[in-house]
Amino acid sequence: MSEMKTIHSLEELEELAEVLREEQKSKSRITVCTGVACSSLGSEELAKELSEESKNLENCEVKKVGCKGLCALGVLVEDDKNMYHSLKKDDAKNLLAMMEGTQESSEYILSKDIPFYSKQKKIVLENAGYIDPDSLDDYIAADGYKALFSAISDMERSEVIDEIKKSGLRGRGGGGYPTGLKWSTVEKAIGDQKYVICNADEGDPGAFMDRSVMEADPHRVIEGMAIAAYAVGANKGYLYIRAEYPLAVKRIKLAIKRAEKFGLLGENICGSGFSLKLDVRLGAGAFVCGEETALLSSIEGKRGTPTPRPPYPAESGLWGKPTLINNVETYANIAPIIRNGGDWYAKIGTESSKGTKVFALTGQIKNSGMIEVPMGITLEQIIFEIGGGMALGREFKAVQTGGPSGGCIPRDHLNLEVDYENLKSVGSMMGSGGMIVMDESSKMVEVAKFFMEFCMSESCGKCVPCRVGTVQMYEILKKISKKDGTRKDLALLEELCDVVRNTSLCGLGQSAPNPVVSTLRFFKEEYENLLVESRCHISISKEA
Amino acid sequence: MATKQVKTLKIDGMDISSIQGSSILEVAREHDIYIPTLCFVEGLCAVGSCRLCLVEIEGSGKLLPACTTQIYEGMSVITNSEKLLKYRQMILSLMFAERNHTCAVCVSNGHCDLQAMLQILHMDHIKVPYMFPRLKVDATHDRFVMDHNRCILCSACVRVCDEIEGAHTKDIEGRGIKSNIITDFAQNWGDASSCTTCGKCVQVCPTGALSEKGKAVSEQLKRRSFVSYLKSMREDVL
Repeated sequence: MSEMKTIHSLEELEELAEVLREEQKSKSRITVCTGVACSSLGSEELAKELSEESKNLENCEVKKVGCKGLCALGVLVEDDKNMYHSLKKDDAKNLLAMMEGTQESSEYILSKDIPFYSKQKKIVLENAGYIDPDSLDDYIAADGYKALFSAISDMERSEVIDEIKKSGLRGRGGGGYPTGLKWSTVEKAIGDQKYVICNADEGDPGAFMDRSVMEADPHRVIEGMAIAAYAVGANKGYLYIRAEYPLAVKRIKLAIKRAEKFGLLGENICGSGFSLKLDVRLGAGAFVCGEETALLSSIEGKRGTPTPRPPYPAESGLWGKPTLINNVETYANIAPIIRNGGDWYAKIGTESSKGTKVFALTGQIKNSGMIEVPMGITLEQIIFEIGGGMALGREFKAVQTGGPSGGCIPRDHLNLEVDYENLKSVGSMMGSGGMIVMDESSKMVEVAKFFMEFCMSESCGKCVPCRVGTVQMYEILKKISKKDGTRKDLALLEELCDVVRNTSLCGLGQSAPNPVVSTLRFFKEEYENLLVESRCHISISKEA
Repeated sequence: MATKQVKTLKIDGMDISSIQGSSILEVAREHDIYIPTLCFVEGLCAVGSCRLCLVEIEGSGKLLPACTTQIYEGMSVITNSEKLLKYRQMILSLMFAERNHTCAVCVSNGHCDLQAMLQILHMDHIKVPYMFPRLKVDATHDRFVMDHNRCILCSACVRVCDEIEGAHTKDIEGRGIKSNIITDFAQNWGDASSCTTCGKCVQVCPTGALSEKGKAVSEQLKRRSFVSYLKSMREDVL
């Protein structure tokens, strides 16, 4: 890195990448996962130990890398040949012996052919778990910033947008708005100053895709933002990251600094006259700040409350200027699309939803972790093949997608092909990509109550239906789960769902009833069995 | 100055024309069509927070707030329907249930916008259980009282203090159901040094949450016409 200088052109970048790749080839690499799950199992200590133990080995390099995905089997370590799992922090010596073949290793070796890896398709996560997130060299060796430089030097702004349009990429933050269309709206908007913003305020319970992407491959997000800024004509951008993600913040900040130092960001990038200044803004713990208008207020230093749309941020966003807002995963898709072309991306996925989606698999599932799958894969494949089925050998009951705005999908819909429209059709949504798997021991009224409590405490309080309606709904759910609810309460709950959904100001309120609506749709008998008048019915059937 | 375009639209089937940039609510009021609202005050920024002014727009499945939605050519607005009445009644129920609105002992009894709204929406009972929170009354100010029990968080006081008086004494703290109107850094109103004691907040408050000391209930009638007058004065100066 020390001899690296400012990079002025695509040729210089490609030359450097070639040099770095040669350098890497000459060494053998041991990569240690330091994602949050593995870190909590002591992977940092393991990596330190490993590098000390391997000091005498020739041409061996120990790298701390981002999440390798299969969090359930951490700590994960990989060398040029194998992947090793279930390691402890003091396993360094054993591991090196296993790698040398002097110690039996079969029970630690994790085959890459298992469905968890073979059924995935990695685009966003192509580098995650392989490159050192703090190393710009690693990213450049993996074709990093090539897309940005080729966009700037060989493509018109409109060509970049056309490529994104062709790819069919849709917003990965939840709504699924066509990304290319959003870009061209901002590009066409009139204004001397435009902004690009990365929404990294991931707040859904059970979702950690954006965090993992930022922690494993921060330059990818920055490169995506830079391409977007070039395409829409912005020269200033903000990454709005929640403060609960300190490691992601640290890595993104460092990545910005490094990129600026070598002319990949900042003034006059690639000698083209295009400049981009990126800054990080921290969220202060409010879920609603993931809503784009609230996010803008928060960046402006105001109270993070949503404002009615229109006007949309594309016309009047940050400080009233045209603003492009996309989330982390959307930006992470941009560089590969520019590198390989929109048509390449459009070949993956379904008719309406192209490409891949990163999901965070959690709950009562064997292989919990982070996965990336092509759109159109069925829920069954995700849960039973990639996920390995239920953790405790119990029966599958439902899968919750879309966070507090989503819904629970029961067994009957396991053959559903995952895309934006299909998930909506069963009363859930794509959301940001949390997937919480529940087994027969889960009580659906409790699930609905949990999410309602979340929405209630995360409501900003600006509009009446969300501020008061969520509390009223939570109280009814509490009453029903304590077996004090009546049929009248259930009817009121249903009416409140309708009112809050249709009259709330922003997406948070409008989607807050979804967990209740979807559990009422598929598991109504669980509610009814808890109602006061059905109590005797239950006790009779139990005796019989 | 560029001349403003005229847009033609339909409100409740009536053909209407008005200036581009106007909100549905403004246009409706120009034509004596009533749309209920509790957070809108003429002369202050519209925030669309009470959700009572939601209207239906033909061709759009979504309900939109009349106070913040601009008119467009060919728009067809429905301001009153069975569905809207049902939603408005529930929203008003939620407002009443949220805090302690005990009309009989309230300083605004008889001239309260919230109370009047019950009659307008034909309501004789509340559809949801009352929540009965324990809230404070701030009577530390020399001339005014803030009774949080009567507040509906419409933010009119916050807006008038910021936009017209320019003091920004009042703001909102907390979130969700814990949202609360505060003065300065959540101090007692009497200790809030930025307050100019102008009393505009009292006048724009739709309920008995803000009242004047030393006045009988019948004297607490609120006057709001000054807001748009002062706003136009300010605009002239600026």
